[in-house]
Amino acid sequence: MYQFSGKLKTLSIALIILGALGIAYGFYSAPKTVEEAKEIIAHQTSHGDEHATSHDEVKVDAHKQDAHVAVEAHGAVEAHGEHHDAAHDEHVFHQLQNKPWSALYVALFFFLGISLLVLAFYAIQRVAQAGWSVVLFRVMEAITANLVPTSIIMVFVVIAAVMHWNHMFPWMAEGTVTVGHENYDAIVDGKSWWMNVPGWAIRSIVYLAIWNAYRWFIRRNSIKEDTANDGGKIYKLNYNVSVGFIFLFMITESMMSWDWIMGLDPHWFSTLFGWYVLASLLVSAVTVIAFVTIYLRSKGALPAVNDSHIHDLAKFMFGFSVFWTYLWFSQFMLIWYADIPEETTYFVARFNEYKLPFLAMVGMNFVFPILLLLNSDFKSIPWFVVIGGIVILFGHYVDVFVMIMPATVGAQWSFGIAELGSLLFFLGIFIYATFSAFAKANPIPKGNPFLEESEHFHYYNIEHRGEGSGDHH
Amino acid sequence: MESSKVIHAFYNDDEVLMDAVKAVKAEHLHIEEVFCPFPVHGLDKAMGLAPTRLAITAFFYGITGLCFAIWMTNYMMIQDWPQDIGGKPNFSWFANMPAFVPIMFELTVFFAAHLMVITFYMRSRLWPFKEAENPDPRTTDDHFLMEIPVNNNEAEITALLVKTGAVEINVVDKH
Repeated sequence: MYQFSGKLKTLSIALIILGALGIAYGFYSAPKTVEEAKEIIAHQTSHGDEHATSHDEVKVDAHKQDAHVAVEAHGAVEAHGEHHDAAHDEHVFHQLQNKPWSALYVALFFFLGISLLVLAFYAIQRVAQAGWSVVLFRVMEAITANLVPTSIIMVFVVIAAVMHWNHMFPWMAEGTVTVGHENYDAIVDGKSWWMNVPGWAIRSIVYLAIWNAYRWFIRRNSIKEDTANDGGKIYKLNYNVSVGFIFLFMITESMMSWDWIMGLDPHWFSTLFGWYVLASLLVSAVTVIAFVTIYLRSKGALPAVNDSHIHDLAKFMFGFSVFWTYLWFSQFMLIWYADIPEETTYFVARFNEYKLPFLAMVGMNFVFPILLLLNSDFKSIPWFVVIGGIVILFGHYVDVFVMIMPATVGAQWSFGIAELGSLLFFLGIFIYATFSAFAKANPIPKGNPFLEESEHFHYYNIEHRGEGSGDHH
Repeated sequence: MESSKVIHAFYNDDEVLMDAVKAVKAEHLHIEEVFCPFPVHGLDKAMGLAPTRLAITAFFYGITGLCFAIWMTNYMMIQDWPQDIGGKPNFSWFANMPAFVPIMFELTVFFAAHLMVITFYMRSRLWPFKEAENPDPRTTDDHFLMEIPVNNNEAEITALLVKTGAVEINVVDKH
């Protein structure tokens, strides 16, 4: 049995505390009134650095948006004088107020999504009756333990949105569906059969409930498998439940991406968005499995894992990186090519105000992994996989960042204490949840009928360390 | 000349063949060739063959294809006749790059795949109307054949091969 070392426990708790302080600082430094927001912006402008230009961009952008709203709401273009300035200040104030919430939300969604996709990957391994991955089952199960705390925090964020403690979801604002109200938005009103607060909240809770129910069930029954000796009865039950979960997962994952991410831009829609979110989280999930596996193996906790298992994980990292790029580009190129204004605004906002992260993400998520992990030998060298994986994980954090931030904080984005704090906070929770769960069960799933095959899994052109050509048979 | 003689040892099981190859290698005898009806996993490792470099050539062919696609799209669409087609920006190649990605991808794959296959044919000397080189037709069906050159040690090799479970051993003159 693996022992959750005191050092690692201290590290995770330190990360949680440090992260919580960062998050608290983010909320503390957010403006409480429009006047404070003005002061912050004026302070930024006085520096005369890049913030000044970004501020100008905001003005232009906000002006356009105001015009847009005015056309829709009043059916006539109004002159923008004093009214515009006030509206602009209000707009920036809301964006600055959204900052700490968005920082928390990006990191939360990233870690929640990774844990969820590890669970889905695990279910797929069971359903596919994969022979190679059985020795990694306990690693995957341990990572999914992180689903519980992140789900609890997600429930809190859902409640916060419903209670109007934050303004991340613009369609939740007061009056968006009340005809004649100054916030009335005909487009949101047209979608209100789906985008309404009770429906959104209930769906959110249902997704989390389904995922956590499967996790709880499969973890319990996977441990039961170890000592079952019942002719594969529990194994078959786990198989059937996993089939059902994958079905429900595909539906809930799509709807989750509409509700939690696409809902941040209520005027925009994209049909392959659910797949795109899935691909981003899937490649991150496989990378995290590889990381935890490599770490635990280096501690001697996974005696059955050999270089071929690492090689297979790296192949998945490589393949899903390309898959992500395919979906990212398909979404981008279709919208760029047709250039329909209602769709294009999404990328205009990202390309104007998030150029560096938007472009760097493609380098980190596609070019780097493709060049690093193309070589078959490199895929079985742990430190290569770790280097590739670090870039992939940062790249997909940036991906989630660029999905969420432009909708909630617009040009007011930065990567500061609140964002870093949120990352560390959830990283601490992840480490604690994962390794304490791994310490609670036998690291080898003894009852699985494919265990023997998995222990002898061998990819043909790999010389495992300490092997000669005589071992290749 | 003695060295033009070879021994053909026949086996009817790939497991037995693998053990035989290892036994022959252990005696530091040179194996000229092994003929199999299907790929035997690990045979190349047991024989000590160098790994293939075909994948490396494919990588460079792919890069060639990518460069060709970039050159072609840039020359045709940007340099030679930059027409306004449906409002697509043609001020520079980068401005219109997303529209070129599908052809860049396809040409990369096309070059990598076809040139690699042609390389494979050339390196393994395969072409239509090529005369088949199998020393015994049974090696395409259910027998495995190991060919060992003889250097005045015919009896010694034969004794070793009998021990490894060969079902038939022939000494053949190679022209």
